Amino acid sequence: MSQHVLLAASEASEHRPLIIALFTAFVLATLGITVWAGRQTKSAADFYAGGRQFTGFQNGLAISGDYMSAASFLGIAGAIALFGYDGFLYSIGFLVAWLVALLLVAEPLRNSGRFTMGDVLAYRMRQRPVRTAAGASTIVVSIFYLLAQMAGAGVLVSLLLGITSDAGKVGVVALVGVLMIVYVTIGGMKGTTWVQMVKAVLLISGTLLITFLVLLKFDFNVSDLLGKAAENSGHGAAFLEPGLKYGLTPTTQLDFISLGVALVLGTAGLPHILIRFYTVPTAKAARKSVNWAIGIIGGFYLMTIALGFGAAAIVGPETITESNKAGNTAAPLLALHIGGVDSAGGAILLAVISAVAFATILAVVAGLTLASSSSFAHDIYANVIRRGQATEKEEVRAARWATVLIGIVSIALGAMARDLNVAGLVALAFAVAASANLPTILYSLFWKRFTTQGALWSIYGGLSSSVLLVLFSPVVSGKPSSMFPDVDFHWFPLENPGLISIPLGFLLGWLGTVLSKEEPDTGKYAELEVRSLTGTGAH
Amino acid sequence: MATEAPPPSEGDSAVDTTVPTTADPAVPTTEAYREVQASAEFGELRRAYRSFAFPLTVAFIAWYLMYVLLSIYAGGFMGAKLVGNINVALVLGIAQFVTTFLIAWYYSRHAAAVLDPKGEAIKSRMEADA
Repeated sequence: MSQHVLLAASEASEHRPLIIALFTAFVLATLGITVWAGRQTKSAADFYAGGRQFTGFQNGLAISGDYMSAASFLGIAGAIALFGYDGFLYSIGFLVAWLVALLLVAEPLRNSGRFTMGDVLAYRMRQRPVRTAAGASTIVVSIFYLLAQMAGAGVLVSLLLGITSDAGKVGVVALVGVLMIVYVTIGGMKGTTWVQMVKAVLLISGTLLITFLVLLKFDFNVSDLLGKAAENSGHGAAFLEPGLKYGLTPTTQLDFISLGVALVLGTAGLPHILIRFYTVPTAKAARKSVNWAIGIIGGFYLMTIALGFGAAAIVGPETITESNKAGNTAAPLLALHIGGVDSAGGAILLAVISAVAFATILAVVAGLTLASSSSFAHDIYANVIRRGQATEKEEVRAARWATVLIGIVSIALGAMARDLNVAGLVALAFAVAASANLPTILYSLFWKRFTTQGALWSIYGGLSSSVLLVLFSPVVSGKPSSMFPDVDFHWFPLENPGLISIPLGFLLGWLGTVLSKEEPDTGKYAELEVRSLTGTGAH
Repeated sequence: MATEAPPPSEGDSAVDTTVPTTADPAVPTTEAYREVQASAEFGELRRAYRSFAFPLTVAFIAWYLMYVLLSIYAGGFMGAKLVGNINVALVLGIAQFVTTFLIAWYYSRHAAAVLDPKGEAIKSRMEADA
């Protein structure tokens, strides 16, 4: 723990009653919503899909709340503050990716599925093997994503409360875990959706406030802001150009391309985002919700320029790296500094922004947990274990138990990975989603010949290749910034596996299909194709 | 596929009866789906969707990849300053935002004007027949 962070923590601790009040207010409000939503949650469609009653705007707001995670708020701001322009790629990739979802996935998925991503992946296929695969990849992607959120929670706690002991951190991570179990088991999709809407409004308001204050400091002259950021960074003009993090060697250049590809293709394969499309009544409403989400998320990512470069200009990279090597505390530190380090204003802003970041983490964690427990209950328990014979009541009960289990797993994982940039961690979840899920979604919807074997090869091939490449990458071992810096078993040079594993997922889907002995189910494809384009027979 | 059949409680619950769109409609038979899939009208809808969405997808992914590749391999060009400290890289980055907004608007307009009427015509006929 550096001096500066201790200073921040002591500043904050003078205002600890305020911090605790803000945080408690958010928790109480969201618990109230959860209990209210829980009373209305009766059928499986209520639990999994919030009764399909949300409007396009409401769902667009909830999608934004689900999507703008700790990675966007803490991670991107940190990446820009430390690496300048290279960090901005995250913002661009995370946004452009929504066009894949809008043009190819959202509406067909809404029309042809019911509760989970597996509904669409398994539509034309033999149910049990494909649903098992879909469940496995949903849970793996969500756990990667959870890991990043928990890393963000740990970072915030150190900064805000000055807790450095492992026991203290585990305590806070456990609190996050317990809250998320409560949100999901009681409130289901309806409660989770409202929590995400509240959080989206808080996050946008907090970011607008900081952006306004940063721009105010530079008299709304963006060029001056960039100039000051470049000067303070110690890199000069290079800070504003691409290449600071990724331009050093041919390997890092490839890593940049790999990251870029994973970002743009990942979104449309993220299970916790895909199930949001089931909360609206029609495909048209799904389209509308994506449009709202693109507007809200796009506005937010534009503001990451002010957050990131503002942190470099006003806080300075040395102070940021002292506090967290990966830059994850850049946004809260910016709040502290722009309000004045030794003033009540700074401490209050730090408290507000930290509470917003906590709200962000809680809401996203709830969404991820809902996605994985839904998939466990609907795909694996109801359709694989019980072979479609489970009643709705049994299915929802299984989902609630799965929630508790996943909550415990994520608490256990939360203790690791604190010094990794959370945006980088989330980009791994994007790479896994793009490799394991996207090929099968697209082939299922658009390729007549696609078979069960193609789906299985693609899902398992994309899933295992991306996870194995991460395991043997510098993210896990071999570098000072690795998860396990003291050992070295890495042989794959890139931090993001997307460049290899995404094409492999597509290739295996094609290969598995052409080498397949079984004929595709043409009747089911007729159903899926007509249904996905017209909504005939949609739930 | 047992789970795709409408479960009894979903259509009957108080929530669903107040919002008819969420209740499960009558589901046409596989034969009916096959017939529609082979029909000229559906062929027209499929063509109107695919001939719009597919090329547009290829175009925006190409434009995005071009941006990524320029960032990596054309540092001098991207670093060229335009106004004050604002360089080509930043302008091209913002341009990605602008094109994303425009493409979303363009697709939604096409969908509302061309795809929705065709899809709804097929849907209402199929559900009336089912």
